[in-house]
Amino acid sequence: MNSLNAANIEIPGAVKAWHTSVDAPRWLSQCRQVHDDGGRLVALWGSDEREHNAGFAVHCALATREGLLWLTLPLDAQHPAYPDISVIFPVAARMQRAVYDLLGLHAADAADQRKWLRHAAWPDGQFPLRKDFVASLQTDAANDDYPFVHVSGDGVHEIPVGPVHAGTIEPGHFRFSVVGERVLRLEERLGYAHKGIEKRFEALSLTQGARLAGRISGDSTVAYAWAYAMAVESVTNATVPQRALWLRALFLERERIANHLGDLGYLGGDAALSFGFTQFWILKEQMLHLNKALFGHRYLMDCVIPGGVAADVSAADAAQLMRETDALEQTVKTLHAIYDEHAGVQDRFLTTGIVTPALAAQLGLVGLAGRASAQAWDLRAQRPCAPYHELDMRMATHRNGDVAARVSVRFEEITESLRLIRRILTLIPEGPARSGFPPAAPRALGVGWIEGWRGEVLVALHTNDIGGIARLHAHDPSWQNWPLLEHAVIGNIVPDFPLINKSFNLSYSGHDV
Amino acid sequence: MFKIINQIFKNGILSDVAPLPDEALRITTQQLHANILNTFGRALAIRHIDAGSCNGCELEIHALGNAYYNIEGLGIKFVASPRHADLLLVTGPVSKHMETALKRSYAATPEPKLVVAVGDCGCDGGIFGESYASCGRVANVIPVDIAVPGCPPAPTALLQGILTAITLPKT
Repeated sequence: MNSLNAANIEIPGAVKAWHTSVDAPRWLSQCRQVHDDGGRLVALWGSDEREHNAGFAVHCALATREGLLWLTLPLDAQHPAYPDISVIFPVAARMQRAVYDLLGLHAADAADQRKWLRHAAWPDGQFPLRKDFVASLQTDAANDDYPFVHVSGDGVHEIPVGPVHAGTIEPGHFRFSVVGERVLRLEERLGYAHKGIEKRFEALSLTQGARLAGRISGDSTVAYAWAYAMAVESVTNATVPQRALWLRALFLERERIANHLGDLGYLGGDAALSFGFTQFWILKEQMLHLNKALFGHRYLMDCVIPGGVAADVSAADAAQLMRETDALEQTVKTLHAIYDEHAGVQDRFLTTGIVTPALAAQLGLVGLAGRASAQAWDLRAQRPCAPYHELDMRMATHRNGDVAARVSVRFEEITESLRLIRRILTLIPEGPARSGFPPAAPRALGVGWIEGWRGEVLVALHTNDIGGIARLHAHDPSWQNWPLLEHAVIGNIVPDFPLINKSFNLSYSGHDV
Repeated sequence: MFKIINQIFKNGILSDVAPLPDEALRITTQQLHANILNTFGRALAIRHIDAGSCNGCELEIHALGNAYYNIEGLGIKFVASPRHADLLLVTGPVSKHMETALKRSYAATPEPKLVVAVGDCGCDGGIFGESYASCGRVANVIPVDIAVPGCPPAPTALLQGILTAITLPKT
């Protein structure tokens, strides 16, 4: 494919990425071309460039065969509108609505023009990510009308759920239209956890930003901190010590295993096998204990920093990690067999919450849920950054797209992550684990792209005239996967929703930022 | 079935001893009578509310239920509605978009009620602070009895905060 032409400028750093400015017709044609070539939309965001007498801009990151293509479409300051790309990438629809809420950039002709992230925290006509917006603005939480789609017919009724849920879950609203126990339609409303993270970044230095990046979605703190560090290292042209990269991979795989263990436990519990919850959470807790003992934090928060890592492993630590890895593998194998042979559990898992491969491809499902619906994409395998290029990562995929398939992928990914951890501990090079980083170039672009446990996390960073943060966009894979959850529950019974939801386990905070 | 029983026996009982209450965690004292606390006893019903957290604190609240912390073994259970709760366990910062829902949940909780604010963000807004989108700490929105700092606070600290909330202040 020839999406890479002379006008594309290579972005330095660990991600193979190019940037190009386009006009409106090319905005559309490039997206179409990438789509037809099997590429995907990774993220869409906007920026306020009026300080440089340049109006606004809308940006998108596209996964192409060669790498990541970052398109920028400059927009008029008075009438900032751009061509709708949700006709090419349906997943763009909610992102475009969010770009309007945050920056007032309008996706012309888009079918759905409802607000998305905005509830009542700021009025329509004001846009938080514009530079002239006052970050401390206080508005009365006034009336917050939202036009849900209503389903009517004999015996149809609605079940509104949330934003405060029955379990220990993040805030969001689900509107079920049901007949009896069967779900006809689910409509999600998110944005409850919006806490102004992207605006907050603009008040922080590159060093301070690392801490905030690690708290965009707490369960993916390593993935975000690494993606952020990558973006910073990209705009500063920093050289990261090799050992640090291997340690980052160690942390990322530990994060993946811990999350999979927790979710497998809950999935057993949701299928009435409380034994599963108890056993998997013992394993998870043992991992967290060891994280705390070796790296100082149960979830490895703030362990990845720009320029390297903040925690190292000694030879004794490595030996302990090896022993833990062996024990964990053994127990997970035993529990996997128990889940597989348990008729009650399999009855609930099989054929529940199906996303067919065709629908997953059409709507752009990513991450572990994507791989369970035959979307064979894992950055660690397809776009391996160091040290994954030396690890020969084996991707787990499945075709059935049901809860059982997502459970299988999680089991296989635990096994693979344990294998990767062994390889990392064996092959990790000696040397320093962190270094400083030089000042960032002014008005530069940087990007970080990491396969977290849920899916791919992207951080796009724009620096200002003095090399500080002008704009930071953090993209969670949940943007891609939330719309698919609406499809996965159609025709299922309401009591299976928690099971289906947990099998995806999407982030609210990472989506709402 | 043999495999399940075998696995259970292999693990044995792992639960840690529960921590003692810590007066240092108390920031305000609601006027609760000793007999009401006696009524709560150790059969406490908790409603968790995520008012806008990064989900880090939720990870530790989930961990309270594992075999090591065994919160249900103490007679404390999580319930599905504020109407069934004695205590609200609230993580923050409170987003503007959750302000109304949090106030309504507080109003729906029957008296006498206790509130434990969780995490650095619940205590003081944390790294997110106060802004157009964030009300900051939980006490900015509803009355708070105990605040448990930490990012996120470890399960033992959470348990300590909860136990402190249901124990009368020393006179």
